[in-house]
Order: sequence, then structure tokens, then C-alpha cells
Amino acid sequence: MFFLTPALAAIGVFFFVPVIAAFVMSFTDFDIYSLGKIQYARFIGLRNYLQLVEDPLFWKALRNTLYFLVVGGPLSIAVSLAAALMLQAKLVRFTSFFRTALFAPVVTTLVAVSVVWRFVYHPRYGLLNYALSFVGVSPVDWLGDPQWAMPAIILMAVWKNFGYNMIIFIAGLQNIPPQLYEAAAIDGAGRWQQFTMITIPMLAPTTLFISIITMIGYFQLFAEPYVMTQGGPLNSTLSIVLLMYQQGFRWWNMGYSAALAFVLFVFILVASVLQSRLQKRFGT
Amino acid sequence: MIGCRRGVSGATIAGMVKHPSPGLLLWRRSGVVLLLALVALVAGCSPQRESRTLVRFWAMGVEGENVQKLMPEFERRNPTIEVQVQMIPWNAAHEKLLTGYAGSSLPDMCQLGNTWIPEMAMLDALEPLDPWMKRSSSLRDSSYFPGIWSTNLIDSLLYGVPWYVDTRVLFYRSDLLAKVGYRKAPVSWEEWFDVSAKLKGSGAADYAILFPTANEFAPPLILGLQKKSSLLKDGDTYGNFSGREFTDAMRVFHSFFRNGWAPVKTTQIVNIYQSFSAGLFAMYISGPWNIGEFSRRLPPELQDKWMTAPLPGPDGNIGVSLAGGSSLVMFRGSAQKAAVWKVIEYLSEPEQQLQFYRYTGNLPARVEAWRDSALASNTYAAAFFTQLNHVTATPKVPEWEQIAQKLRESSELVAMDQLSVEDAMAALDRSVDVMLEKRRWMVHGK
Repeated sequence: MFFLTPALAAIGVFFFVPVIAAFVMSFTDFDIYSLGKIQYARFIGLRNYLQLVEDPLFWKALRNTLYFLVVGGPLSIAVSLAAALMLQAKLVRFTSFFRTALFAPVVTTLVAVSVVWRFVYHPRYGLLNYALSFVGVSPVDWLGDPQWAMPAIILMAVWKNFGYNMIIFIAGLQNIPPQLYEAAAIDGAGRWQQFTMITIPMLAPTTLFISIITMIGYFQLFAEPYVMTQGGPLNSTLSIVLLMYQQGFRWWNMGYSAALAFVLFVFILVASVLQSRLQKRFGT
Repeated sequence: MIGCRRGVSGATIAGMVKHPSPGLLLWRRSGVVLLLALVALVAGCSPQRESRTLVRFWAMGVEGENVQKLMPEFERRNPTIEVQVQMIPWNAAHEKLLTGYAGSSLPDMCQLGNTWIPEMAMLDALEPLDPWMKRSSSLRDSSYFPGIWSTNLIDSLLYGVPWYVDTRVLFYRSDLLAKVGYRKAPVSWEEWFDVSAKLKGSGAADYAILFPTANEFAPPLILGLQKKSSLLKDGDTYGNFSGREFTDAMRVFHSFFRNGWAPVKTTQIVNIYQSFSAGLFAMYISGPWNIGEFSRRLPPELQDKWMTAPLPGPDGNIGVSLAGGSSLVMFRGSAQKAAVWKVIEYLSEPEQQLQFYRYTGNLPARVEAWRDSALASNTYAAAFFTQLNHVTATPKVPEWEQIAQKLRESSELVAMDQLSVEDAMAALDRSVDVMLEKRRWMVHGK
């Protein structure tokens, strides 16, 4: 216990105190007036939370975030798995080179990446529209059209993040004993059967870990829309964390913003518990 | 050199004591200061440099970049003052100011958009400038546009000196308007509707006017001001958008879309300069920066085919427009107020104002500066000069930015016909009343 004290003190001061302070703040109307004089902050009970339920922007942000999560999450996991399988295939050469190349977006700063992607998405001079023009698709204003802005953000986020999960999948794949495949081959199982009967079940713990980590990360969507679209057009890329940031630091509605943070926390908690329950029930 | 300057400057040390810093840091700093002072003595810094005071000045975006070029002349005239300009990007400026206030790390002076003054004044972060004005030999309030000047007054105290001004006027294609019989821009609303109908009806342009509802609140707000709406009521504690004046203005705004005079889907217009050249629309309400942009971006053959004009008004005279721009403010926590005031006076000199206009295209706040040939000969700027004498301030409440954003959202819903004018304005008032709840409590409740 004695030896743990410094670490515990650090966690207490830098983690628990701010969390508790934010929790208390979510029951006050701490705002720009209170910044000047703290007497202007009032305890208002659950009003922030009630106001939140009535705020159309909150629902819009929640829908956008879920859209991003439901489409982007599985897509990202599928892409990571595919990339991992390809890198593990015996036919591929220069695996370490490709592994590094595919991992590179993860370690690149998002601001630099988004500048490049803004060029890619440019309605007139962008690479994407240029490529699409060969298959007869007329130019799309990717970041300016409320319908296409979120898919554009998803595409970029998946590209940016799949490398991380890919590395974990590779580790998972390397943990599968090769004897299993040999035995299956002797029993006459084809490649596809080997994949569905051995690889997928053996990767289940890895997949669970990845899906929870991905979900938590994707729930907290912020940097991509903040840099690329500022939540627009027509709030079509406004995420919960971006709304929290705008309410908190642009308008300084700290109480309201703290309430949003705790609602998001509950969402993530519930979703994580649900996910691990589901995984257990359909017993892999 | 910085250490040398800081080490012996009494004002800086006084400033350090005033903003209590952690004891250890103070101790260490004074140690360093002592050491540097000794070094300075030994090295024999010139006495002039030793007493230089440092003025920290936050300026935003392009202004920050260009105001630096004016500073060498100031420092030549005032060898005892050093001005350190720090550039703040516009889209992070508001957050930066508030967090600067919260962390007591604001500079000595700053450029402040005049709609932000109420907020900073409410926080008690700004120094009232009336005593300084009274003692000044070079600054008079009569040298400024009255409507702009009044945006710097909160409860009749002056918190900022206008630096450059901004308003909205009508940009139009003179060739297209001439086609439908208008040699000059419309002056009254009646003429404005008439020319719009003719432009659309004759096919001279695809649309008469562009209102970019997806990102601008200015056009509907201006129409409301022209109808003399107070925008807020009861001491600025309730929204007044569902009042008769604003509802009337919003109906007019809606009619532009209903009649097909203005395009509803504005996100399709990626480049307004190209669309304007192509005749997609013939009129556009915009600000001074577009004088430069239009000159640069419109093709050469169109250069003599566009013009600016003051906004048409409902009663047949020039209509009012927004009183925008930036002011120079002094922070209350500054320890160098006399030096700050010198910088403000310097930047307000007509010559400096003109030089700044040449660098940035920002229109000078001092009326005297407009008499110079550079501005007097600019035919596009003339409309702005006229318009600047017809500007109205928006309500001076800290919530205003947020309210204006809500207004934009409502106007977008009206333009898209997703809500009727009455329903949209009632809904707008409801959300504005929620935003102003705290203000009501503070004004009425105590």
C-alpha cells in the first residue's frame, strides 16, 4: 500500500478529482457569467439533462455518431482483418514493408492527413471525383453535401485507423497453432472452411477486444469532423464530442457540456457491457 | 536581450506581483532576474533599452500578420516601448480569449470583434477607455461613424476604439441589371423586388440574388433591422423574433425563395465568384473583403460589369446594415496601460489606418482616413462609406453570437419551406428564451 501511494495520489488528483468535479458541474449552470463571478453558478438539479433530451442538436449529434459507429466500426474491423489475413498469407512478399506502410496512417498526425484528404475530396480537382469520372459518376461535393459528408468522414477515419487493429489481428493470427490447419487439411477442409471453422472462432477473443476498443474510440468521434468540416454542412457531421466541445469551449456552457459528457459515458458503458454479454451468449 | 530588458524594468516586476505566480517560480524567476540584471550591468546595456516596456498584443488572422509591419515605425517613435504582436487564428480566437481569461494569461491589449465586446466587458476583463479618451489629444469620438462607435459603448462606458469597420452592401452585376432596365442599383424594397422579378422573369440571370443560408445569418438579420425590429425585448431578456417587425422581415426573406428569385440549395454553389461570373445570380449581399476578391477572381471581361451599392430600404431610403468591425481594447490586468494607449493612438492615426487598409483591404474606422485618394478614388468603396453612416448595432448581450447562429438555422428552415415563417419565429424565440434564462435571473431575479 505504501509503495502504491504516489501512483494512487497521482491518479486521484489527475483522474478522480476532475471526474467528480465534472460530475458535480453537470448539475450546475456553470457558464460564461459564472466564469466572471462564481456566485452566478447555480445548482439546477437535472435541468441540464432534461434540456439535453429536448435539444434537437443532441439527437442529431447522437444519430450522426451512431451512423459513424454502425457503418464505420464494422467496416474498419473488416478492413483490418482482411489486411491482416493478406499480410499473413504465405504468398505475399515484403510483409514487413507492407505492414509498416499500412500502419503509417495511424501514426501520421490527423491535421496533415486531413489536409491531404481535403484535396482528395475536392469537388473539382479531387482525386476521388477524377477516379469516379472514369466509371461515369458525376462529381460529388464530398464535404459540402449533407448526404455525403459523413460517408466521406467514415472513409477517411477507416483509412486512418485500420492499421492499429490490423496489427492486433496479426498477433491474434500468429497465436493460432498451425497444427489445427494441418489437421483440417488432412480432414479435407478447404480454404474457406478453414477460415470459418478455425480462423474466425480462434480469433474471437481478439475480435471482442478490437470491437470494444473500436466502439469506444468511434463513439468519441471528434478530430476528423473538427478539422475537416467543423460539424457542417447542416450539422451532418456534428458528433457528440464535437457538440460537447462547441457547447463547452465556444459558448462556455460548461454545465451543459459536462452533462453531455456523462450521457456519452453511460452510452459507452452500456454498449461495452452489452457487447461482451452478447459475445458470451453466442458462445464462441 | 529580453532578459536584460525584463530584468531592470520595474513595470514588469510589478506585473509579476500583481498576477500571483507559484512561489517557487517567482523565487526562481527573481533569481534569474537578479543574475541577468548583474550580467546586464556588467555588459553595460544602454539605459534606453533597460527601461523598455513590453506590450503584448493579440491580433487575429490577416490583421495580426499585417499589423506587425506597422510596428517598427511605432517603436522608432517610442524607443521605450516594445510591442510584441501575437497572431491568433480567427476560428480559435474566441476560445483562446475565454481560456486566457480563465487562466489569467490575457495580453495587455487585443483586437476584438465588436460583437465580442459585451462578453469581455461583462467578465470585467476590459479597461474602460473614457478617462483615456478625455486626456487624448488626437482622438475624438466625432472622427468615427456613430453607429460603429456605439457598438463599443456598454452602459455608456467606452470599452474599445474602432480599428477597422465592416458592414454589408449590395454587390451586383451592372450589365444584367441594365438588361432589365436598371441603370442603377435598387434603392427601395419595391425596386428591389421589381428588379428581382424582372431578372428572373426575363432569364437575364438564373436567380436574382444569392442568400447563402447554409452559413450566413447576415441577410435575414439585416432585413429585421431594416424593419426596426428590436430583436430582443424586456431589457434584452426575451427573444422578439416572433414580434410583428421581425416576422414581416422574415416573410420578405421567404418571398425571395418562394418566388424563385433566390436559390434554395446553396450548398451546390461551391464557388460564388464563378457562379456570379456565369450569371447564376446577379446580386449578393456581402462585405468589404469581397471588393478585393471580386477584383482578383472575376474574369477581366467582367471587371467593369459589377458594382457595389448601399442596401435598399423598406421606406424608399437607404436601408440600414450591420455595424461590424474590430476594435482595439485594453485589458484591465495590464500593467502597461499608458504604453497600450500609445499603441491604440498610433494605430488610430489616419496615416496608419490607410497603410493598414493598403495591406489588408480592411476599411478604416477613422472618417479622416477616407478622404485620402486611395479610398476616395475606389468606386467600390464609396457604397461602404455611405452605408457606414446607416448602420445599427445588434443587442449587446454575451449570448448574441449564439442567438445569431440560431437565427441562421431558422432562416434556413424557412428558405427550405420546412417551417412556416410564424412557426419558425415562434420556435426561434423559444430557444432564444432558453439561452437568455440566466440573463433574466441576473437582471430581474436579484
